[in-house]
Amino acid sequence: MLRVGLFVTCLVDMMRPRIGFAALRLLEQAGCSVNVPAAQTCCGQPGWNAGHRASAQSLAKKLIGEFESCDYVVAPSGSCSGMLRVHYPELFSERDEWRDRAKALAARTWELTDFLVNVAGVKSLPDAGNRLAATYHDCCAGLRELGVKEQPRTLLRLQPGVELREMAECETCCGFGGTFSIKYGDISSALAERKCANIAASGAQAVVLGDLGCMLSIEGRLRKRGDMDTKVLHVAEVLAGEE
Amino acid sequence: MKAQSIHFKSRAAAALDNPVLQDNLRRFSSGGLAQLRGNAVQAYGAAAFEELRDAAQGIRNRALANLDAWIERFEREATRRGATVLFAETAEQARDLVLDIARKHCLKKAVKSKSMLSEEAGLNDALEGVGVQPVETDLGEYIIQLAREAPSHIIAPAVHKSRDQVSDLFQQHHGGARKTAIPELTREAREALRRHFLSADLGISGGNFLVAETGSGAIVTNEGNGRMVTTLPGVHVCITGIEKIVPTLEAFSTLLRVLTRSATGQPISNYVSFFTGPAAPDMEGPRHMYFILVDAGRSEMLGTDLQDMLRCIRCGACQNHCPVYQTVGGHAYGWVYAGPMGSVLTPAFIGLENAPDLPQAATLCAACSVVCPVKIPLPDLLRNLREKEMNRGLRSWREVLGIRLWSWFAQRPWLYALATRLATRLLPLMANRQGMLTWLPLGGGWTRARNGGRVMPAPTGRTFREQYAAGERK
Repeated sequence: MLRVGLFVTCLVDMMRPRIGFAALRLLEQAGCSVNVPAAQTCCGQPGWNAGHRASAQSLAKKLIGEFESCDYVVAPSGSCSGMLRVHYPELFSERDEWRDRAKALAARTWELTDFLVNVAGVKSLPDAGNRLAATYHDCCAGLRELGVKEQPRTLLRLQPGVELREMAECETCCGFGGTFSIKYGDISSALAERKCANIAASGAQAVVLGDLGCMLSIEGRLRKRGDMDTKVLHVAEVLAGEE
Repeated sequence: MKAQSIHFKSRAAAALDNPVLQDNLRRFSSGGLAQLRGNAVQAYGAAAFEELRDAAQGIRNRALANLDAWIERFEREATRRGATVLFAETAEQARDLVLDIARKHCLKKAVKSKSMLSEEAGLNDALEGVGVQPVETDLGEYIIQLAREAPSHIIAPAVHKSRDQVSDLFQQHHGGARKTAIPELTREAREALRRHFLSADLGISGGNFLVAETGSGAIVTNEGNGRMVTTLPGVHVCITGIEKIVPTLEAFSTLLRVLTRSATGQPISNYVSFFTGPAAPDMEGPRHMYFILVDAGRSEMLGTDLQDMLRCIRCGACQNHCPVYQTVGGHAYGWVYAGPMGSVLTPAFIGLENAPDLPQAATLCAACSVVCPVKIPLPDLLRNLREKEMNRGLRSWREVLGIRLWSWFAQRPWLYALATRLATRLLPLMANRQGMLTWLPLGGGWTRARNGGRVMPAPTGRTFREQYAAGERK
């Protein structure tokens, strides 16, 4: 049995807890034994991207300590998994003992859909009951740091009620970019608008994605421009359905 | 060129408020050069192109690892073939060297093919100041020279202009009937430029590469203007950065393969021109050939985490794929280099304190680094610059405090739990009927943007950790 530590991420914890439970169900359905370390908070990405290494280091050490005993670390987020897998080792100097520990954890860290397809070998899923045309937004870090492209689509195709309709520029950034979305709100919101226009043009009823940051930015712009109908869903929600 | 990078935010805002520019940028970004690159990579074979990128990266790295030795080799070979090799520590020195050459040979008119270093040095203004008429001959550069603007893109300097704007500009400067068809417009430019080619006594070119083993400069162009600039006038000056050196012609051929495909999606540009010394006595061509090799901040990047940036071969692919560049255009960046490459080069060349926004104005989406022909890790370099800004106290106290508070709380799980519990109960009370926050504490940029901004979906209930600890499942 695969022993998995689930890192729900700070944004899921606070903004959309049901995504965490959906991820939990999917992992258990895939036959994993899932441990959810109770004191987990944030991976440290805000500090890292702001250039505040000390902040990122302190949170990385905390997370490494919490998840080190797990065989795998899985997160329903491309950007947080990318932080652990790609950037944790870069946080510490060559001589720092934490670098080896960060590397060891990085090698066992997976984005949720990547893990389900390529580690757990999921070949079928129970029908989650969705009946909708969906378009998939590729989140930047998942796509370009971790190679998450086909994995979510493979899983979505296992849902008989989900019809995939690719939108134009599905790999283009939605404009979130962490604190960029606040520091450069004009540009960020312009990028979100372009994403929303592409979503609308796809004719899909829902945009499905794998990162909370993109989710908040896209949903925030959709509602602002008066679209109250297009659903914005995390891929885990679509795959696991309501319990 | 006087740097305006400190004003990035207001320049970006002006760009967003300019409907004509927005229209031009939209046309450029939907399809355009990015699409052409994609097709070229597919035609070449994606896996094979990856190998080519690896090879190109290796070539550039090896050249930079022994840059001093390759520069000496270049100087020796070029001098042996009759060229004069001059060195400039700063862009201003490079400018003065060109003026000296103009004075020495009593030159009056300079035809120029594209040179970004001449932009760094503000060469055109300086030439005009001493009575030498500079004429840009690259079509895009010619357009923006008429408009008295700076280039907004590294290989498509007038990409921010529409055909209509060019029509107006040409009519204003050339006289005659206003042309609107592109072939007519280019013909008109050719006719205007031909006079200058034939009457110029100085040719100024950039250099895409300097080949050490032969002492040659090399440029790639699509219009043939570069070849005329480097062969028709009696004096030719090639002005370029010291980092453009490649060891051999063999290495050049590999770089050429990735350069043109990454830039315009062409297997090879229409013209690939080499210049090696002045013309032989019995041949036509320039009687005097100068290379001006400019440092201007480059050698200070050697041996630092920014050395990777010196691999850059100026293809423009990072700009073509950057969503921020596509939204605000090149002029917002306020200096010679725009987009991701500019956000690294500009702070390196003019000082981080003069361009503090540039490394920040990126979503770190990495669309640039995955297309870079020499695999420059642009998001990593931008992040390194952010760290330097933080360490040098160039960030606002609010931002620093925000980050420190966040990590202080996040390191204290029980306090963090308390704070998030509070937030999940309070924020929904502030939301509208659709469950959306129209106002965010400390997040004004999210909700108040020029296009109306965004709302923020409010938390939907108690935190995950709270529900999980209570043994509940939703």
